[in-house]
Amino acid sequence: MDLYEYQAKELFAKHGVPVLAGEVATTPEQAREIAARIGGETVVKAQVKTGGRGKAGGVKLATSPDEAAEKAALILGMDIKGHTVHRVLVTQASDIAEEYYFSFLLDRSGRTFLAMASVEGGVEIEEVAHTNPDAIARVPVDALLGVDAATARSIAEAAHFPAETLDQVADVIASLWTVFTEEDATLVEVNPMVKTPDGKVIALDGKVTLDDNASFRRPDHAGFADPAAADPLEARAAEKHLNYVKLDGEVGIIGNGAGLVMSTLDVVAYAGGMHGGVKPANFLDIGGGASAEVMANGLQIILSDPSVRSVFVNVFGGITSCDAVANGIVAAFALLEQSGETVTRPLVVRLDGNNAGVGRRILTQAALPGVRQVDTMDGAADQAAELAAQGA
Amino acid sequence: MAIFIDESSTVIVQGITGSEGTKHGRRMLAAGTNVVGGVNARKAGQKVDFDGTSLPVFGSVAEAMSETGADVSVAFVPPAFCKDAVVEAIDAQIGLLIVITEGMPVHDATSFWAHAVATGNKTRIVGPNCPGVASPGKSNAGIIPADITKPGRIGLVSKSGTLTYQMMYELRDVGFSTCVGIGGDPVIGTTHIDCLRAFEADPETDAIVMIGEIGGDAEERAAEVIDAEISKPVVGYVAGFTAPEGRTMGHAGAIVSGSAGTAAAKQQALEAAGVRVGRTPSAAAQLMRELMQGH
Repeated sequence: MDLYEYQAKELFAKHGVPVLAGEVATTPEQAREIAARIGGETVVKAQVKTGGRGKAGGVKLATSPDEAAEKAALILGMDIKGHTVHRVLVTQASDIAEEYYFSFLLDRSGRTFLAMASVEGGVEIEEVAHTNPDAIARVPVDALLGVDAATARSIAEAAHFPAETLDQVADVIASLWTVFTEEDATLVEVNPMVKTPDGKVIALDGKVTLDDNASFRRPDHAGFADPAAADPLEARAAEKHLNYVKLDGEVGIIGNGAGLVMSTLDVVAYAGGMHGGVKPANFLDIGGGASAEVMANGLQIILSDPSVRSVFVNVFGGITSCDAVANGIVAAFALLEQSGETVTRPLVVRLDGNNAGVGRRILTQAALPGVRQVDTMDGAADQAAELAAQGA
Repeated sequence: MAIFIDESSTVIVQGITGSEGTKHGRRMLAAGTNVVGGVNARKAGQKVDFDGTSLPVFGSVAEAMSETGADVSVAFVPPAFCKDAVVEAIDAQIGLLIVITEGMPVHDATSFWAHAVATGNKTRIVGPNCPGVASPGKSNAGIIPADITKPGRIGLVSKSGTLTYQMMYELRDVGFSTCVGIGGDPVIGTTHIDCLRAFEADPETDAIVMIGEIGGDAEERAAEVIDAEISKPVVGYVAGFTAPEGRTMGHAGAIVSGSAGTAAAKQQALEAAGVRVGRTPSAAAQLMRELMQGH
């Protein structure tokens, strides 16, 4: 889960990373009150989970509480790269003498953690990495040893931080490591980390990605989730513990196993190229078991997406054999009927793998409304795409 | 031969008394795998009964190894306890550890990997979040369905479980030496590259299918190794061309970040290394079938 800047800064403050005073506002009036509380000049910053906020006009300086309210009114509701601004962070303004970059992240290929630091901060670090890669220090971190005061200092030295900042930067780095480990983060980024004219080192911005797999031991992280910002269908799917991602096409997809579902989306998109450009409407992995209840929940979510014109159920019977899956589909239809839902859009089912013959026979005999079977994944995708195109 | 496991593999199950451990322990045994016992410190000394075969539960991996001669462990341990189970197996220096557990925090995976490296990589680790390893007709360690394919001379390595099964089934007429599901997490033990090298060295493998998916750069790095070291023909498939940026697609590791980790980049890298890449799993299977028939 990616955090908003204000959430990242909450975690920074909790673990001793220096940040400026600030609070989040959802209305101009709140922004005015916060600015009055902070006093002096403030900065009003759009809270969206994407980069380039400054360039998009989502970060503005305010010299008075009234101006903070005005700026908040301009920024709230703004669209930044497809993200609507629902909140602004009103924070103390700061003069900047120098800007740096720092992050801890997961190095997948090295199967370890990495500290990245540069005294050329404040800009897109990808750009620096591209044009001047030597300006970025990349220091692997041993997951068992972690980052103590001495390691933090050696990272700061490797990145050539100015001598007079070394003590402070090393402290900040050590605190950021605490954020990284104590919060089970996969990314902790500060860009820019700044030195103020009076020589203080501060995290002026913050980006944190938390590991969802660690939620069982970080129960407080649930409070960072933002159900209001999620797609309503995704929010409903999450309540039912379904692994669902909304996409912008017309062919609803249900499959078992993440890889197979990803592959199904691709195959449907290829087929759609020959049928008016229809595309997959969602990712939905119902897992290995494919029980009737999960199948019914999945169908319900997909059929409540008005842009869906056909549904492709793509199941490979591995441990769960196809007869069990077919019975699951039949029972799912019964459950849907009980809840007053009629399946009016066509369903293309492809069952393959263990006991595929028996499974197909069960579905044939059940003669469910709108359900047709195709034996191959590619053929079924083609038919689902064609049906979606016809339903347009 | 095959790679990693064969008929001589002696298997224990970490977490054998849990629901998953019991279910799949029974299945592995039924598939002909030489399962000799399990581990659960709190139930040491007890027995589990799998369809008439009574298996001992040991207090530790080390004890299970010394009592049974086991050289493979399959771990079905809940995420919260999985790191300790992996570290225990590493410390016991078991030859092969297959971690089926899904949902392990990445800090834990990174930590056990650092421990494995620090102790000299005595244990080959497959996973976490993987379906395991199957050498059809010889041994099946994990949750891969045993009866969807037949023995043969294709080696298969894949991040995805169901795509592994799909490919095994598509090519059931040709057959496999060994199928390895390496798992879809960001940090895993055995990689595509490890499997490619093992298949290259295996006299019972003639050709290799490699299945990748979005996220990270494992496929790109595998392509470099294929180009430099692999003489056997490789057919590839990559899933996730239509995945939107920044969204995790089921597997914790399956995410396109900016321009990194895209399926297109992976396909391009593989093709540049001479890999024939199928546009769909069936197309990839057909490429492999033609290749094996021409052999």
